[in-house]
Amino acid sequence: MKIHEYQARNLFRKYGIPVPDGVVCHTVEEVKEKVPNDDKLRVVKAQVHVGGRGKAGGVKLARSKEEAIEKAGQILGMDIKGLTVEKVLVAEAVDIEKEFYVGLINDRNSKSVTLMASAEGGVEIEEVAKTNPEKIIKLPIDPTMGLMDWQARKIALQLVNDPAQIRQVATILVKLYKLYVESDASLAEINPLVVTPDKRVLAIDGKMNFDDNALFRQPDVLAMREVTPDEQKEIDANEKGLSYIKLDGNIGCMVNGAGLAMATMDMIKLYGGEPANFLDIGGSSNPQKVVDAMNILLSDTNVKAVMINIFGGITRCDDVARGLVAALTTIQTDIPIVIRLSGTNAKEGLAIIKEFGLPTVSTMSEAAKKAIELSKKK
Amino acid sequence: MSILINKDTKVIVQGITGRDGAFHTSKMKDYGTHVVGGISPGKGGSDVGGIPVFNTVEEAVKATGANASVIFVPAPFAGDAILEASYAGVELVICITEGVPVQDMIKVTPVLKKNGTKLIGANCPGLITPGECLIGILPGGIFTPGSIGFISRSGTLTYEVVNMLTEAGLGQTTCVGIGGDPVSGLYFMDLLEMFENDPATKAVVLIGEIGGDAEEKAASFIKEKMTKPVVAFIAGQSAPPGKRMGHAGAIISSGSGTAEEKIKAFAEAGVPVAKEPGEIPGLVKAKLGLK
Repeated sequence: MKIHEYQARNLFRKYGIPVPDGVVCHTVEEVKEKVPNDDKLRVVKAQVHVGGRGKAGGVKLARSKEEAIEKAGQILGMDIKGLTVEKVLVAEAVDIEKEFYVGLINDRNSKSVTLMASAEGGVEIEEVAKTNPEKIIKLPIDPTMGLMDWQARKIALQLVNDPAQIRQVATILVKLYKLYVESDASLAEINPLVVTPDKRVLAIDGKMNFDDNALFRQPDVLAMREVTPDEQKEIDANEKGLSYIKLDGNIGCMVNGAGLAMATMDMIKLYGGEPANFLDIGGSSNPQKVVDAMNILLSDTNVKAVMINIFGGITRCDDVARGLVAALTTIQTDIPIVIRLSGTNAKEGLAIIKEFGLPTVSTMSEAAKKAIELSKKK
Repeated sequence: MSILINKDTKVIVQGITGRDGAFHTSKMKDYGTHVVGGISPGKGGSDVGGIPVFNTVEEAVKATGANASVIFVPAPFAGDAILEASYAGVELVICITEGVPVQDMIKVTPVLKKNGTKLIGANCPGLITPGECLIGILPGGIFTPGSIGFISRSGTLTYEVVNMLTEAGLGQTTCVGIGGDPVSGLYFMDLLEMFENDPATKAVVLIGEIGGDAEEKAASFIKEKMTKPVVAFIAGQSAPPGKRMGHAGAIISSGSGTAEEKIKAFAEAGVPVAKEPGEIPGLVKAKLGLK
């Protein structure tokens, strides 16, 4: 789960990580109300769940309140990578003497929370990782001890050399780790972390993502969730025990199991078709799940053919077939459907589908080819 | 021969009285697995289909001599269940549960290391040594004994491919579903090493998917250390970046973890990568010089 920069800043504040003053505004009127009437330099930043806001024109400097209002007016409502800007953060700009990157991630290889830091701040860390990997300092953190002060100091020493700043940076790192672990984050970045000419250390931009698996115990994090209509569809599907992701193609896929669902999409693409979605219905033959899944698939008007790909393991294919028939009887559609059943009791299952009057095939590749053919006929 | 489990493996089930735990316990028993006990706190002294239930893993291990445990408890409690099994001295722990928070998995990691516990999963279908022992939720009927080692991050895709192997006359030594989470127990590399050292395994099939770099690590291990042939397949070539494809770990983030990178790494290690699952049996046969 993603949150906005201003929400990450609020969390930073709560944990004692210093950030410049700022306000969040949904409208130009709100900017007029909330921004003090002075000539302080401010930065107006689009609050959207995508990177590259600056390049897209979603971050602008303002030299006065009047300019802040004007710039907010330009940014609000702007489209950035398909997302409409509904909020801006108007924050005090600060002079920067030095800037750094610091971040925490869940590292798959060391199986630990890993601290990353780089003296190359303000740029995309992924770029640094590709071009100058030696410029990124990495520290896997022992979960039983947490980030120890001496470790944080050791990292800080590689970024700054003034004793007061070393302490400030180290304290920020320890606080960031505490926030990360306590909120079940999966990413926490301060980019850049800056030193100002008057020797303050401040978090200028923050990004946090959270582990979806842990949201059940993070009500405060969940309360920050904002979703696009497509994401809402994914969340609704999830509540029905389905895993759904909309794509841009025209062949709807319904599959049991995530790996097989991915392989099904890949195969459609391999044979020259375009999958309309990823949809994993899980392991049961429950007709209701099939009905829910079909309804989701058919709500996508791009879908010209549906490929159902089931491998019967513990759930037998004849049970699955009965579930499919029960579900398809209640759904009225003229979109062609191809059903492929394989695995335990496949023969019996295929017979049931055949009797119902739908085309059946026994291999994935046949099913994909057939679905592509049917999608072109429509 | 096989890896990790065999006909002598004694299994206990954590969460044996739950719906999934009870159902799959009976399936494992039907397959011939020695399910020697179950754990359900507060229900110790009772039994599930003749299998004795204990209050703690420690009691169960003492009473039965179990050396493997399979976990079916709900996600919020799965991390603790792994810890309980590890501290009770269980050598091999298999966590089937889906949706375990990553921080919980990170916390158990140093404990597993300290206690010398091997973990498979979470969010995995389990493992099987065909004809000897099945632990987890795999459909036993599609597997058959033979000389192919099998490792996969996915469940149903495993069944799909194993079924093809079996139909092509390629039986399996041991098949392991390592699970779809970003931080989990044994990885490809750990298992490749075990298969390399298992005299009965002649070739290995590896099913990877997008997200992380476990496949790249596996590729360099194969290149440097393995003498046995490996055939691979990578799911998610058509997956869009930034989207989690069902499995918590199946996500392309910031341009890394793509199928292309993984396929390239395998190609450089001399590992043939199937364009679609149906090609796998043919590629294995070619590597083994079979028709």
